[in-house]
Amino acid sequence: MEILAYSAVELSAAIKEGKVTAVEAMEAVLAQIDERENTVNAYVTIDREQARKAAAITQEKIEKGELTGLLAGVPVAIKDNLCTEKMRTTCSSRILENFVPTFSAEAVINLQKAGAVMIGKTNMDEFAMGSTTETSAYGVTRNPWNINHVPGGSSGGSAAAVAAKECYFALGSDTGGSIRQPASFCGVVGMKPTYGTVSRYGLIAYGSSLDQIGPLTKNVTDCAAVLEVIASHDPKDTTSIKRKDTNFTAALVDDVRGMRIGIPRDYFEEGIDVEVKDAVLAAAKVLAAEGAIVEEFDLSLVPYAIPTYYTIAAAEASSNLERFDGIKYGYRAASFEGLHDMYKKTRSEGFGAEVKRRIMLGSFVLSSGYYDAYYLKALKVKAMIKKAFDEAFVKYDLILSPVAPTTAPKLGESLLDPLKMYLGDIYTISVNLAGLPGISLPCGTDSKGLPIGLQLIADSFQEKKLIQAAYTYEQVCNKEMR
Amino acid sequence: MANVITDETIEYVGILAKLALSKEEKEQAKKDMNRMLDYIDKLAELDTTGIEPMSHVFPIQNVFREDIVTNSDQSENTLKNAPGTKDNMFMVPKTFE
Repeated sequence: MEILAYSAVELSAAIKEGKVTAVEAMEAVLAQIDERENTVNAYVTIDREQARKAAAITQEKIEKGELTGLLAGVPVAIKDNLCTEKMRTTCSSRILENFVPTFSAEAVINLQKAGAVMIGKTNMDEFAMGSTTETSAYGVTRNPWNINHVPGGSSGGSAAAVAAKECYFALGSDTGGSIRQPASFCGVVGMKPTYGTVSRYGLIAYGSSLDQIGPLTKNVTDCAAVLEVIASHDPKDTTSIKRKDTNFTAALVDDVRGMRIGIPRDYFEEGIDVEVKDAVLAAAKVLAAEGAIVEEFDLSLVPYAIPTYYTIAAAEASSNLERFDGIKYGYRAASFEGLHDMYKKTRSEGFGAEVKRRIMLGSFVLSSGYYDAYYLKALKVKAMIKKAFDEAFVKYDLILSPVAPTTAPKLGESLLDPLKMYLGDIYTISVNLAGLPGISLPCGTDSKGLPIGLQLIADSFQEKKLIQAAYTYEQVCNKEMR
Repeated sequence: MANVITDETIEYVGILAKLALSKEEKEQAKKDMNRMLDYIDKLAELDTTGIEPMSHVFPIQNVFREDIVTNSDQSENTLKNAPGTKDNMFMVPKTFE
């Protein structure tokens, strides 16, 4: 088998069997990076030397039987908003151009303990604000399926790196769809776990009440294996949850008989591309044929999710990004008059347009006189949205929907109209507002040959249902391909 | 409700946000914010009387621990990325004469 064709779990098994070494796998990935990176630009930072060294050490540990996990020896790419000790972490922003963390994010440490080997840091929308990876200060990432199209965002570099085989899997973060949407656009699997499942320690915050780290992988098995490794209770993150059911690979079962799946009628009414709609509904039919009970229902409140999200996310962003002031880390303006001028110049020169736009909006909705009408109102609507999902999950095990209304747009089209770009998040953001787990997996391509994504959403802590249904669907697709 | 963000509002928000926007950026910010707020005003259609604002989806509790030092001195690491340091401290511009 060609070394790059292995999935993460297959590669690790092959290394243990002595068919390949972790060093050979890393060399294969680095050679692939040499070939594709010029056009794809999935990475902001790559440390070849360190990657080779780490691969060699890992290989030794595997041979000695010290590393036995499902990801031992597997090269991984990390989104550039996750702190990595001694490796530059920029958030794709100019303001963190020279920031080299002195510690690693808990999720990264968990991966390294399991024997995964870091290649480098992937490109993203600046501070994860965007849906196309075009707001990066380090150039756009291109979609490996068609380099004239965006990879999605904000974890666009992670999704593109997996799709272009420039890594075996990647970590991303998802505040409003930032793992699931690029996974969909790049034809890979991506999951946002239940809020609190993966520690946010070391994740540079955007919208703290919405942010969650998750895997981007080649298939559902890898997704479950990665989630199993990165999920942990961490006292350093006060919102981290103690879970006992994190043996997610146990849910890789080819069976959806009796599973109740609801399709929100209100997700298919307007603005959705007909090819996306057809592919997603065809996927629902596949699951029904496998024995799931599939029916349509009204979720309600759908048009209110986006304004709620952008109010809350902008508010939290304006507060979280106050820390970038030119004193503790990162960029400082070259010339200024006094402290306040230094703050202002540093931030104005360091942040890009989309980040400034959201900081301004967030500062406004939190300002006295507008706080109740905007921020507090949004928190109330968030409670209503959560309740609508609670009611749906009384009737259904899973909700099935598209990931995005369209396939990947062309480069340069989205940023012309930010509001229109925001509307593309319609199917993913309410999952963050309600803290739910959601998975994105490929369910076909459109007439342009671009991937279409299927989203499955479960109630809080029900990742196993997601994995089981996604795995079952994937098994059917694999059989059809053979 | 049509929003009219004035020049004064943009100035004020700029102070809150600690951003020095150019003239063009201010004009753009005014346009962007008006448009976003018109859109966000959709939320006013919903009757939210009696609904508790939800800041977190799960009941969040304070996480307490005994007040015992568990970490070592990290001051060197803390200062490592600072644009300016002096005598184991962050260096900032003069704030008063």
